[in-house]
Amino acid sequence: MQGIVDAFAPLYAMWQSFEAFMAGPGSPGLLGYWIVVVLMMTGFYIVIAHDNLVKKIVGLNVFQVSVFLFYILMAKVSGGTAPILADGIEKYANPLPHVLILTAIVVGVATTALGLALVVRIRNAYDTIEDDEIQAVEEEEDT
Amino acid sequence: MLIMGVMAIAIARIRDLFAVSMLSGIFSLTAAAAYVVLDAVDVAFTEAAVGAGISTVLMLGTLALTTRQEKVTGGKSKGTAAFFVVAVTGAVLIYGTFDMPRYGDPIAPIHHHVAPRYLEKSFGEVGMPNVVTSVLASYRSFDTLGEVFVIFTAATGVLAILGRAGRRRREDEIADETVTARSDDASPDKDKETAS
Repeated sequence: MQGIVDAFAPLYAMWQSFEAFMAGPGSPGLLGYWIVVVLMMTGFYIVIAHDNLVKKIVGLNVFQVSVFLFYILMAKVSGGTAPILADGIEKYANPLPHVLILTAIVVGVATTALGLALVVRIRNAYDTIEDDEIQAVEEEEDT
Repeated sequence: MLIMGVMAIAIARIRDLFAVSMLSGIFSLTAAAAYVVLDAVDVAFTEAAVGAGISTVLMLGTLALTTRQEKVTGGKSKGTAAFFVVAVTGAVLIYGTFDMPRYGDPIAPIHHHVAPRYLEKSFGEVGMPNVVTSVLASYRSFDTLGEVFVIFTAATGVLAILGRAGRRRREDEIADETVTARSDDASPDKDKETAS
């Protein structure tokens, strides 16, 4: 048993250094939020800079995950555990953001499915999934 | 989380859509690992099952029905303009984070409104040790009901869109086949004519 625990010791040390890095006095404690901003902006960039519709939906997903991470980061309490009640534990993470994000993940997948279905339909109608080509086809039809 | 950042940028760069959908699956799985580290085990479950699993399957299904390769489109000017917009927005957002409470701060305002009440009373009121479950299924059950409606609407929408599209596609194919069959019929005659 102790051998197994020892085998995971480096991982646990990594986790602890991660926690120290995020909350320690050396950093301003905002690194997590900055990573969230970078992720969000990457998703935003994919959505506005790419013409491929599938790529746009992947970008929306990245954006979405960054919002989820933002909520979960806010729910974290230093020294707390997962919000499952047990004897002898005083501090828990905030359960409310977890609930909201649980709902949001499922709704996100539902909207993704709908978006991808629309992409398939557009492909059937226009024979392309590139935004600019679709516009070219539309202009051709107008004239 | 830094790995997630690298992965997101890779998604932005790669043009092979199959690789992109695989990467977005791995991205979701990494997010699930991050949620475990951040004490959100229920969210991690959902993300791993729904985000990494179902999303990837949906994405691959779409690729099978459409195309695998993203075309190189849009001039460099479009990319630069987009990058400029993104950089400005990101700078504003990072400026906004300076007003946020520190990571893991127990005296942040978010931890002092309804959350302590849930943590203290939910076991007596609902009888479930997992607070996330009791909030989801009891205190916010109407929200969850609304979520079910959303999923139902999405499923209906997908069926409505794809059902019709599939039928039209099939009709088109049948029409194509009859056309080719006719041309097949016609071509031997033509050959005969040219031969005679």
